[in-house]
This record gives sequence, C-alpha cells and structure tokens, in this order.
Amino acid sequence: MAKALIKADSFYEIYERKDGIKDVTHYCPGCGHGVLHKLIAEALDDFGIREKSILISPVGCSVFAYYYFRLGNIQAAHGRAPAVATGIKRVHPESVVISYQGDGDLAAIGGNNILQAANRGENITVFFVNNAIYGMTGGQMAPTTLIGQKTTTTPYGRNVVNEGYPVRVCELLATLDAPVYIERVALTDAKNTSKVRRAVRKALQNQIDNKGFSLVEVLSACPSNWKMTPVQAKQWVEDNLIKQFPLGVYKDLTDQIKPKKAEKQVFSVDGLKEKLNIPMEEEKYSTSVKEAKEFRNMKLKIAGFGGQGILLLGLGMAQAAMQAGYNVSWLPSYGPEMRGGTANCHVNISKERIGSPLVSKPTVVIAMNLPSMEKFQSEIEPGGLLLYDTSLITQKPVRDDIKVLGIPATQIADNLGNTRIANMVIMGAFIAYTSVLDKQAVINALPFFIKRKNLIPLNEKAIVEGMNYVLSSN
Amino acid sequence: MAEGLKKARVVIREDECKGCGLCIAICPEGVLFEQKHLNRMGYHPAGYRGEGCTGCGFCFYQCPEPGAITVYKKGYVEEEVA
Repeated sequence: MAKALIKADSFYEIYERKDGIKDVTHYCPGCGHGVLHKLIAEALDDFGIREKSILISPVGCSVFAYYYFRLGNIQAAHGRAPAVATGIKRVHPESVVISYQGDGDLAAIGGNNILQAANRGENITVFFVNNAIYGMTGGQMAPTTLIGQKTTTTPYGRNVVNEGYPVRVCELLATLDAPVYIERVALTDAKNTSKVRRAVRKALQNQIDNKGFSLVEVLSACPSNWKMTPVQAKQWVEDNLIKQFPLGVYKDLTDQIKPKKAEKQVFSVDGLKEKLNIPMEEEKYSTSVKEAKEFRNMKLKIAGFGGQGILLLGLGMAQAAMQAGYNVSWLPSYGPEMRGGTANCHVNISKERIGSPLVSKPTVVIAMNLPSMEKFQSEIEPGGLLLYDTSLITQKPVRDDIKVLGIPATQIADNLGNTRIANMVIMGAFIAYTSVLDKQAVINALPFFIKRKNLIPLNEKAIVEGMNYVLSSN
Repeated sequence: MAEGLKKARVVIREDECKGCGLCIAICPEGVLFEQKHLNRMGYHPAGYRGEGCTGCGFCFYQCPEPGAITVYKKGYVEEEVA
C-alpha cells in the first residue's frame, strides 16, 4: 500500500486550458468526473501504462479531459468515442484505449456506436458516467433521466407517456455475447467508491490482458443541474439513482476468456488484389499527350440510361487518368434499378488538387440519351464540350456557345456485335477529341475496370472505332 | 534510512479547493472543517484541524480535484515528498 495519496503522475501538473487559473479542473464543486478521473489516473500510474494509454474524450462536460490526462488524447464527435477507440485500438493493439463518455453521449446520440462496439467485442475499456441529465448544455433530459425527474426539457418531471423509460445500458449490453465485463458502480460513500476503484482497475486489466470489451457504468452526482449541494447530491444518488439503476456485475467472463493474441489486423495489398481480381502489377504510365489547354481541369458529367455503362465509362476515365498521373474523382449517382432507370456520374480529371467531387458546372457533358442531353446541356460552361450519341438522340443541341461532337456510338457498337460497348466507343471519341489521354493510357487501365478478361479485346476495338470516327471526320 | 511519519497527516491545497464539502462529510474522525475565509476562487476551503487524521484516505477519494488533497500515511518518509 502506498504510504501517501498524492495527485497522480498521469495528470498534468498545469492544465493549459485557458488563461487564469491553471491548476484546477473546470468541473463544478462536487462533480463526479474529477473523482473518476483520479481513479483512472491512479490506475494508469500503478499499472505503469501511462505512456501507452490513449483516452478518447466525448462531447459533454468531460470534453476537456485531454487538458488533464497526461496521455495520448483524442476528442471524438458526439457519441462516436467507441468507433474512434475501435480504430485506434486496431491500428495500435499494444496501446490501452479508453473511451470516456457521459450518458447523453453514450446512451443517446452514441447509442448505436456503443452497442456495435460492444457487440464486436472490441478490446477497449469504456467508462460510462451516468448522472441522469445533460450537464454541459444546462440540464436537459437524457435517456437515463429518472421517471418524474425535473429537467429543463421535462419541467413537470419525466413522464413515461411522453418521454419513455430510463435506459439501462448495462442490462442492455449484457445481453450481447461479446462483452467480457460489465459492471455498474456508484460514486457515493467510501465503500461504493472503493468498488468504483476496483472496477476501473479490472476494466483496464482486462484490456491489458487482451480479454476484450469492458464497460463500467459509474453513477455520478451532478449537483449543479440537480440543484443540490454536493452532499445532498451524493445522497440523491443513493436514494434514487441506484433504485433505477441497480449496482452490480452484469456480466463477467474475465476468468473464462482466454487472452486473445494482440495482432495487427493488416490486409495485404496483394491478398486484396487477388480477392478482388485486380492485376498484380500496377503499371505506371505517364501520358505523352500534349494537354489541350481548355481541358486542363476537366469537369465531366456523364449521363444516360442505366445499363448503358455510364458509371463504368466514368470509372474507366478516372482510372486511366489516375494511372496517367492526373488527380481524379468519380462520383456516381443512380436510381435503385440495375437497368432502365437513369444514371449519371461526375468525374474530375485535373492536374491540380480537386476540392469537391461534385460537378455542378461541367466543362464536358456526355449524353447517351435524350433526357440527359435536355437536362444537362444548359449546365455546360461556355466553350465546353457536349458529346452525345446520335444513334439515340436525333435532336440537335440548342446551345451555340459550346463545342458539339455527335457520334453514332450505339450504331458503331452494334456493328461490332454488342450494343453494350457503346460506352467504350464514346471513350475513344472522347480521348481522340480532347487529347486528355492517349489510347495506350486507356488500354493499360482496362483490366482495372473490366472484370471479364475475355471482353477486353472487344472493348479495345470499340475504343479504336470511336477514335477513328473522330479522327476521320476532322 | 530516514524515519517515517509518526502520525498520518492530510494536506489541503486551499487554492485548489472548491468548497464542495464532500471531504468534510466523509471524514470518519471529523477532523476536516469548512474555513471562514474565502480562497482565490471565492470558495470557503476545507481545512484540517491539525490532529486526529488516521490516513484512511476517504477524503482523497471523495475530492474531485486531482491535486487539492494529499494524504500522508503513518510511516511515510518525508524525504520522498521533494
């Protein structure tokens, strides 16, 4: 037993939060957070794991935990601490990852986050501080607010008809198979506080031993929002909170679980390529084509019927351009139908960095049916290009301040024996007209977006036909 | 080797105390009390009567401020403080 109880080394000596007083926390007098902070910090000291511990602060009163704990710290979006903890733990399995959350954060907006993290059995430690109210925002009702409890949003008291029943998180999570240890404790008298201390240490030890998911729910007083003195608030936890949220161990497999070996979950690039049928050798190809100045930052909208290969055409362009050294983006937009609906995609091909994948003012529109031409030709930047399939669109474009290129793509594809390669005829026409890519760049990219290898020669032929059509008509 | 403390002792950093009174309420020996004066934050800080601390540590684990209370138990070697 230590011969002295002193401020833990896992706390900063000075809290660099703001100007003024830097050696006290921002918590209200009598707040439970400070006590739980102390118990966690003490355990980190005693276990010698401060250097490898990472604490995720939530949104709520404890949002500033990172000003106090001298560890790795990250502050997560509201309710998302378990997801952030999952990511960190998987990348750094040797670290000790702590998700520290309040009841508004964990049980309301983050309800599904904690449920899924627990269900996956992530090897993390969650400290869930339950004070039955939203503290930071000024005392609104939380999922854990007691029946009849007055808050700013339940001024007549929580009424089950309107607001439902208090959520018991430990009981809910204990029904899942994966969690290893779930206990509810309370920061009240000395006896209960020593139980909190034990639970904190056990939940951390489980993670160190690679046993899996541990959660400790800590019933805690909020004197400010309950409008009580700190001493009254502690009594209120004893008299009311514990009745609704009984203390105890709800799940404990600590002694039955064999430690899982901590292993980095890394997917090998080659293994993934094999699974996804992507060629192993990624040929880097640098385009020798002189870029046409007006197409330097190309913003495309490609549109047509679903089933015409609209999305694939955009994907192929982006893939080829990426391999040729451009920055690219590809954003598909389509209905739920596999065939017959309308589809379009936004593609950026640029030598500069791309801010948004969204294309609202295209420099190039490729229309493979009439509705698409009617809908999108008005959006084209003056001086831009409208490329359309004259086999299906017999109307002439109305714009006279843009370049227009018509090609009977579907007819050419039909002559080659398959109307479904009209998209590659368009591809050929596009690269021949704009010179943004040369033929070889597209040929190199074909295996990356055409899954069935036996179709590659036909696609090549379609590209050549499309190019020839443009070159011969110039 | 230096001789350890003959009696347990509690030290309260008045400037870090928010006057919540939880330490006073929990102390089994009743040796903590609310002081009359105000500290820099405007709270009446807790104080130690100077006698009677048994080093049980209850107050340490009630106090929400990381550094406001330090408890030195019987046998603690003073030199370690520095």
